[in-house]
Amino acid sequence: MERPSWAPDEIDLDRPSAARMYDSFLGGSHNFAPDRAAARAAIGIIPELPAVMRANRAFLRRAVRYAASLGIRQFLDLGSGIPTVGNVHEVARAADPDARVVYVDVDPVAVAHSRALLAGDDQTAVVEADVRDPGTLLADDTLHATLDLGRPVALLMVALLHFVPDGDDPAGLVRRYADALAPGSVLAVSHGTGDGRTEQSDRMVRLYAGTANPLTARTRAGVAALFDGFELVDPGVVFLPLWRPDSPADVPDRPERFCSYAGVGRKP
Amino acid sequence: MSASARRHQSPRTRRSVASEAGRRDPARLADAWAAAIADTSFVSLTRTGLTTHLRPLAVRLLAALSPTDPAGPARTVGVEVGRALVAAHFTDTETLCRTLVALGGALPARDPAARTALLSGLAAGFAAALRDRTLTEQEAIRQAAMAAQTRAERALRSTEARFRAVFTSAAAGIALGDLTGHILEANPALATMLASPPERLRGRDVFELVHPDDVAALRELIYERVASGRADRIRTEKRFVTDDGRVLWGLLAVSVVRDAEGRPSYLVAMGEDNTRRHELAATLAHQATHDALTGLANRALFTERLHDAFDQAAPAARLGVCFLDLDGFKIINDSLGHPVGDELLRVVAGRLAEAVGPDSLLARLGGDEFVVLRAGSTGEAEVVALAERILAALDAPVEVAGHELAVSASIGIVERATFGTDPAEVMRAADITLYWAKAAGKGRWATFDSERDAAQAARHQLTEALPAALRDEEFALAYQPVVDLTDQRLTGVEALVRWRHPRLGLLGPDAFLGLAEETGLVVPLGRWVLAAACRQARSWLDRYGWAPPVSVNLAVRHVCATSLVDDVRRALADSGLPAGLLQLEITERALMGAEPTTALRTLHDDGVRIVIDDFGTGYSNLAHLRHAPVHGIKLARSFTHSFDAPAHPDRADLAIVQALVSLAHTLDLTVTAGGVETRRQAYRLRELGAERGQGWLYGRPADPVHIDSLLTEPAAPLRA
Repeated sequence: MERPSWAPDEIDLDRPSAARMYDSFLGGSHNFAPDRAAARAAIGIIPELPAVMRANRAFLRRAVRYAASLGIRQFLDLGSGIPTVGNVHEVARAADPDARVVYVDVDPVAVAHSRALLAGDDQTAVVEADVRDPGTLLADDTLHATLDLGRPVALLMVALLHFVPDGDDPAGLVRRYADALAPGSVLAVSHGTGDGRTEQSDRMVRLYAGTANPLTARTRAGVAALFDGFELVDPGVVFLPLWRPDSPADVPDRPERFCSYAGVGRKP
Repeated sequence: MSASARRHQSPRTRRSVASEAGRRDPARLADAWAAAIADTSFVSLTRTGLTTHLRPLAVRLLAALSPTDPAGPARTVGVEVGRALVAAHFTDTETLCRTLVALGGALPARDPAARTALLSGLAAGFAAALRDRTLTEQEAIRQAAMAAQTRAERALRSTEARFRAVFTSAAAGIALGDLTGHILEANPALATMLASPPERLRGRDVFELVHPDDVAALRELIYERVASGRADRIRTEKRFVTDDGRVLWGLLAVSVVRDAEGRPSYLVAMGEDNTRRHELAATLAHQATHDALTGLANRALFTERLHDAFDQAAPAARLGVCFLDLDGFKIINDSLGHPVGDELLRVVAGRLAEAVGPDSLLARLGGDEFVVLRAGSTGEAEVVALAERILAALDAPVEVAGHELAVSASIGIVERATFGTDPAEVMRAADITLYWAKAAGKGRWATFDSERDAAQAARHQLTEALPAALRDEEFALAYQPVVDLTDQRLTGVEALVRWRHPRLGLLGPDAFLGLAEETGLVVPLGRWVLAAACRQARSWLDRYGWAPPVSVNLAVRHVCATSLVDDVRRALADSGLPAGLLQLEITERALMGAEPTTALRTLHDDGVRIVIDDFGTGYSNLAHLRHAPVHGIKLARSFTHSFDAPAHPDRADLAIVQALVSLAHTLDLTVTAGGVETRRQAYRLRELGAERGQGWLYGRPADPVHIDSLLTEPAAPLRA
């Protein structure tokens, strides 16, 4: 007998959560011992992991600023995790105090925390949903109460799609969201890859294989293919730190060691 | 500066401490500081943003060390700056470490105590703020976790509550069991169904509740199909025995619940009490196959079983059928009324059932007809014994509504191998045999006789063909001469009817007259013979100028028919034959009634000759004979046969013929001797006084053309 859809998963704090591990990588304390232990173990295997996380965070910030520079004032952050420093709404409001943001995560703790943090803020909302189920998310009342999908939206899929295996058709998933967005919307993607750094990326893939979210590394072409329905803006799909860096000083010597691609596309 | 701090010094930091003048420039301090701590903590700021962010802090630090106007106690300022760093999300201890190194090298060294107080304050403030922040974040995440957990639990509770509601208020019986069939949980509906409280069902082996006859089948279904995981769900209907001893039919759906790895872990059974539907179906089925009056099997069930006996029989199998009806039942029904008749049937049915026993099927086909099917019989003797038991069971009178009724039955028995026959044939044979038993005198059994049946069948076929034969003129007349015994000259011809059967050939009257008599066709047949014979005689008269009287045999039935006079007169009129040339041969019995005698007298008065055929073989009222409208008698060949014996005729025959001739002559009747085959016979009969003779000596019955030759020479003796 299958569990009915109204019954939530149990909250198991003994199991590391990707969202809280991410927080830990970023220096936050919104995490528990099992999360920190898992994060430490990950760093033991891949010492660059915190740097990769931070680079992702920095990309998120740059992408939000870029979207804001296009006049976009609505943001949909999929797989937002624990709200931590440099949140989308903070960055977006720096550009326009009226910016509206919807955070989406499947982790109930992350959702509860986000709600506590954003309580009383009617320009932001938190939706507990599985991003692999666009039908449910796109029909969510809270989402529609906060965002007007008739106007451009910045869809943020940062460090998210490598958790969607090919069998779940990630391009199709993107397409479903793209279809729901107005022309002029943008899609920001960062994605794990094995290009250029076989050993580290292999370790990364092996590390995540044991978790609830196995990781699928994709090639540059594979990542570019995810922008179905979008036109890539310059510089296209590039290694993570190379996407419109704030300053030349931010460009590391070997960007491929971040094992990630990033890109932003615009819906024509 | 500690060794570890020095190790983290970047070249840029070293360059920035070169000039003492630069040590008082907040912009340069902020720049050096930013360079030191960039990338240590994750802060959502660009390098430029970071420098901008650090600048006010740098200003404050420098102000705290101002020799002229210190902004406050250096330690306090340090604490505030340390807190400000954490507030700006610089939470990594590496940030603090590099900050201390960078500031230690970049701040003015004029008042080392103040600088130390400033930096130690900064470290303390950073640590305190970090601790506060950590505690706050821990509290926040703990609250979030609790909130999420509470939400999940509430949802789970409501889920469970809904499941519990479904479970407890479902109309269907639901049980959760382990893979061995032990009940873990049962709902109230199931408890009600099985008349056992849920707590008494818990832990019980479900097979204890199943009807003993169904245990094996259900066990196999559950173990082999569901618990093994081969099937996800089975549906079946099985009998259960409730704790208060009732048997109920449960319509059952058993499904398997699998664990995360897909292995079967529980069984869920949902059951519905289907007993009423079952009873209704059983009642309907019983009604459809049983007789409402007696409760015995009805015709439908009997027919089904009879067919089964053929369908399922081994090649050498036999079967027996006793087909019976009550003798005189109609009279009882008519005289005492249907209620008495029905009650009689009920009592008889009971006695029959007892006599027949459980090995055979007793059915009531309707009315007072019963039938017993003995499938797998061993021979006729067994079924005859069964029939005798049945007859014996009816020996004692039946008392119904104050009447003591003697009942008997007639039984037709068919016992044979199933091979080579079929149900319809068996029932036809049983029906005929019952008829034979009845015809043989009731209260008895008869067994099927295939030869008798074949003969009857042949007769039946002829009977059926008779009307068409008459219509199609398949009949013909043969003529046999009758001579005057004194000179052997032709004095008459007897018309004898033949049937030119298209398939069986020429049939003599013995083959069909009896049938024609039974069916009444003998009257139209006689009419045809009359007409044909008259026409023939008339044609002889026309052709040869004279003709002997033509003799036509009349069946008793025809003589008795009201149409007789008309028939004869019409035949004469139609043919134009003088009445005196027609002779009617009747039997003694035809003279018994008053009406026929009147009719014959009318014809006699018309001039038609009338003779009594085979006189002396039937019952004659001799007193009556004296006044009978007859002209003569014919002696049966049975009397004349012995007249051919070389020595002398049988003495009795001699006496009879003498007496008959004497009687006839006394009554002024002519005597014709039949069956004359030899001259000796002819001589002796003539000697005794018989006037006429007929027989093979003078000619066999033959086509009319043979008579023609006799007519051409009327005076010639036929034999001499």
